[in-house]
Amino acid sequence: MLKTTPLNAVHREAGARMVDFGGWDMPVNYGSQVEEHHAVRRDAGIFDVSHMRVVDLEGGGVREFLRFALANDVAKLALPGKALYSCLLNDAGGVIDDLIAYHFRDDFFRLVVNAGTAEGDIQWLHSLNALAGHGVSIRPREDLAMVAVQGPNAREKFWRAFDETKPATEALGLFQAARLGDDIMVARTGYTGEDGFEVVFPASDAESIWRSVVGQGVRPCGLGARDTLRLEAGMNLYGQDMDAAVSPLDAGLAWTVDLKAPRPFFGRKALEARGQQQDFLGLVLVDKGGVLRAHQKVLAEGGEGEITSGTFSPTLGVSIALARLPRGTAPGATVRVVVRDRELAARVVKPPFVRNGQSLVG
Amino acid sequence: MNIPKELKYTASHEWARVEPDGTVSIGITDHAQEQLGDIVFVEAPKAGRKVAAGEAVGVVESVKAASDIYAPVAGEIVAGNDALADSPEQVNADAYGSWMYRIKPDNAADLDKLLDAAAYEKLASE
Repeated sequence: MLKTTPLNAVHREAGARMVDFGGWDMPVNYGSQVEEHHAVRRDAGIFDVSHMRVVDLEGGGVREFLRFALANDVAKLALPGKALYSCLLNDAGGVIDDLIAYHFRDDFFRLVVNAGTAEGDIQWLHSLNALAGHGVSIRPREDLAMVAVQGPNAREKFWRAFDETKPATEALGLFQAARLGDDIMVARTGYTGEDGFEVVFPASDAESIWRSVVGQGVRPCGLGARDTLRLEAGMNLYGQDMDAAVSPLDAGLAWTVDLKAPRPFFGRKALEARGQQQDFLGLVLVDKGGVLRAHQKVLAEGGEGEITSGTFSPTLGVSIALARLPRGTAPGATVRVVVRDRELAARVVKPPFVRNGQSLVG
Repeated sequence: MNIPKELKYTASHEWARVEPDGTVSIGITDHAQEQLGDIVFVEAPKAGRKVAAGEAVGVVESVKAASDIYAPVAGEIVAGNDALADSPEQVNADAYGSWMYRIKPDNAADLDKLLDAAAYEKLASE
């Protein structure tokens, strides 16, 4: 039996093609994935991301707890509302999940974690909590729903639907959130490489919020467009670009691992002992002959690598991929990708491929 | 579901049309293009290739997945539709107008084994 979000009936009514996404019945598109993709790059789209889990952490020791639990350092979060992207690591330095941590008060932080990993994350946080002894209260918020409104006109259209939110959200910087009352959060975050908001609210309001935003000409977008948008934006997908067996250093996430403070965060020892073993970069297909896909083999000068995510980029009109490559492979190099029975040339680039509607890979 | 009565079909979602000269045009069904979503790559087989029934002879890729195109009968490929390489989205717009290749069957009677529209509709709606 698949799990459903509070917007399931709305998706079906809109004619969405539904798929099983990690045990959730989710819309993959409402007609054309490519048109949904373009809507987000050029105007505005809305995504149901209620399958992701909000976990509220409260207590006097919550900051110290997160400095122990997360590979990025929440000590950087000084202002209320500031957010931080981080990995949660196991003792081998592998990635249990990637998440966003929001700081609201010194005794109140919020995590937003992936759907498929949520149950495991919560158990893991409980065991770390027992280990660290800060007595943090861990509260999964299954009563909340979440949408992402993304695109160059997303904020403007969201404000048209909810003008009462504008004063509190107009000045939000990137990776900053505002709480409007106890249960509404508007964050200037996303997974598309465009401006916009991610909005968390009581599940019972989901349908009316969705309809109000769509009523302003914001296009409903499915997980298909979400995947091509995040890949163009050079953002990793958990379970595909990294997992519990992969170090964040080999998944292009070294920038999220904060080793500056002498802080004994979980997984640090293993991470430092193993070091970085592979480069994680982008590929742009040069030859014709197919589409780059996950698990295709890459032949580079220093040895073999593997594509972790690949697709056809609707913005660039070519196939692009994220890949783990032999150490020392540099942007600008040409590699060969095994696509079916052929080896196709691809150019190595530094992701992202697209930001704010513009190609970054020439 | 858009399933023209005059065509033949395969369980792997190809349609087949017998042309006046006895060759057979092959494409993918409307149902197949809808399942695949936005098509971005079509590779048709080259003329002159001898193929067995059920052999993978070409590829269709959408944004989300790759799918083989099969030969419904044994025979020789007499033409590939190279125009689709430059406009693969044509398959989404008009699946039955977008033939991918033409095959000359070794044995015309093999075509009788293919599905008719009613049988394909039953299969596609399962």
